[in-house]
Amino acid sequence: MTAKSLFDKLWERHVVVPEAENSPAVLYIDLHLIHEVTSPQAFTALAERGLKVRRPDLTLGTLDHSTPTLPANAKGELPYATPEAKAQVEQLRKNCEEHGVMLLDLGDPRRGIVHVVGPELGATQPGKTIVCGDSHTSTHGAFGALAFGIGTTEVGHVLATQCVLQRKPKSMRVTFEGKLQPGVGAKDMALAMIAQIGADGGQGYAIEFAGEAVRGLSMDGRMTLCNMSIEAGARSGMVAPDETTFEWLKGRDFSPKGEAWDAAVADWRSLTTEEGAHFDKEVVVDAAAIHPMVTYGVSPDAAAPVDGEAPMASTEVERSAAEYMRINGGKPFHDTAVDRVFIGSCTNSRLSDLREAAKVFAGRHVKNGLIALVVPGSEAVRRAAEEEGLDRIFIDAGAEWREPGCSMCIAMNGDQGAPGELVVSTSNRNFVGRQGKGVRTVLASPATAAASAIEGRIADPRPYLSAV
Amino acid sequence: MSFEPFEILRSRTIVLPQKNIDTDQIIPARFLTTTSRKGLGKAAFYDWRYDVDGRPRNSSIFNGVDPDTHRILVAGSNFGCGSSREHAPWALYDFGFRAVISSDIADIFKSNALKNGLLPIEVDDETHEYLLSHPGAEVVVDLEKELVGVLGGGKSATFKVEAFARRCLLDGVDPLGHIMNQTDAIKAYEEARA
Repeated sequence: MTAKSLFDKLWERHVVVPEAENSPAVLYIDLHLIHEVTSPQAFTALAERGLKVRRPDLTLGTLDHSTPTLPANAKGELPYATPEAKAQVEQLRKNCEEHGVMLLDLGDPRRGIVHVVGPELGATQPGKTIVCGDSHTSTHGAFGALAFGIGTTEVGHVLATQCVLQRKPKSMRVTFEGKLQPGVGAKDMALAMIAQIGADGGQGYAIEFAGEAVRGLSMDGRMTLCNMSIEAGARSGMVAPDETTFEWLKGRDFSPKGEAWDAAVADWRSLTTEEGAHFDKEVVVDAAAIHPMVTYGVSPDAAAPVDGEAPMASTEVERSAAEYMRINGGKPFHDTAVDRVFIGSCTNSRLSDLREAAKVFAGRHVKNGLIALVVPGSEAVRRAAEEEGLDRIFIDAGAEWREPGCSMCIAMNGDQGAPGELVVSTSNRNFVGRQGKGVRTVLASPATAAASAIEGRIADPRPYLSAV
Repeated sequence: MSFEPFEILRSRTIVLPQKNIDTDQIIPARFLTTTSRKGLGKAAFYDWRYDVDGRPRNSSIFNGVDPDTHRILVAGSNFGCGSSREHAPWALYDFGFRAVISSDIADIFKSNALKNGLLPIEVDDETHEYLLSHPGAEVVVDLEKELVGVLGGGKSATFKVEAFARRCLLDGVDPLGHIMNQTDAIKAYEEARA
């Protein structure tokens, strides 16, 4: 028998109709996550054809992209960026109600960013296929699930049939060899990998992350790593489930209970890549050599160690990126002044991310005039952080502690930088204008973002972390 | 189906030579607070066409270009990377584009484009280079034959489009209808796993 990879197993389990020369596979979806931005047109398409949601029980809605992170005013009105943003939220509410889909509405203690709440609720589980109209759906692969982003037309397909049409992608294994150095985390691994293989290096592949450094990551770290798969062009990234996964999932709302739990874990243990399984491409990353990373360009693959300097621009594309970013090659990153810091997003807004930032912020203050936003990924993260007093650490350091949501990662809810500002951000995309018109984004880990907030310059977090 | 079946396309090109043109460039996120898929052409490449104060940029490549005669976008590699927003092909189609040519096009964008009458065409590096260096070239795209040719340049190349998506574009096959025809298999799958 041919040895199978984790990805092969996940794929095979979900084929309803196999692919043929003239038609892709019909692939069954176990969990469909929806949010307000990419679902309204799909519900409209359903209504136009008189269709209902086939499996509301496998569909879960949340509000995150357009929602304000500032509290309601005295009249109880939320500060939406535009009336359209409010209408979008109301539309999802209406659609979920009409189709009997569970919605984590504003005010629900379980609400948050779609890729934070799915796992938190235990809805994300090993062995599942998970889709969402959002490219960072790859996040859920951290649990040994096959998870990928889809477009709105496909959201409609899944609502109506619980299936998508897919060609099986090629497979890639990225092995992180060796142990991480202190002060280096999953975000740095992701940026180092993307710098190595390029923003399109994973194009057409499903990635499995393996190796000692990946095994050593917490679930939060694995989610960060899988989240960034799409920034290498891969629609999905995954990590085989292990004790870390099972421990994390046990007892969550949607996790199996009692005997069903034991049976599930027994099954999940089989979700590993067998010795000798074929991968279309193998990549090895030297984990021990990774430093804290920052980006210097306008594509996530323009990343380099924070304690070094940006490389000299050699092509027209690199020159224009350097001009936009005003980060010139050959100068230490530490010379670059920072106007704003954003800690949050589906990449880095979980409790361990906030703890990491708090470690740097504790007893210190953000640079005068610098704005720092800390936005927890969910209500649950917010509560847990507040119970530990992390909110006090952030506030005492001069940072703003906001309500959960996507916030400045996609900057469509009103949270954004001003033209020309340089933002050190724990989010996933440093594209031109992503965080506001003319805003210059530097991607980094929570620790690096916090250290940069303190110094008002792009800063290496390691001195702050080792001093504790 | 909300788009016209794809026939032979003959049009001039607009060239955006940059690599990694992401979907935030194609349509900035602030235009995503819509519940409709219509009328997004005005937001296409908005920040490339207008400055931070909303004034038309003198330097914009889109200035003075007639969308009716320039329906083919030629772009640098990894076009459409980033967000999965289907608003990107909706905006490009509404602006007037019917095809995008690059050496490689991001997966989700490609899948979304194919569902909206916007043909993503991946060509070999040499053809790509030629098209990048000949903005405004008159190009003929034959989807049935999977052939792209430059008029007057004597240049032609083949391309591949996933077979099912190709039929959808050419013959108006409806992908949702195709899945719904498999309802028995879907039911059987659900029952077997229950």
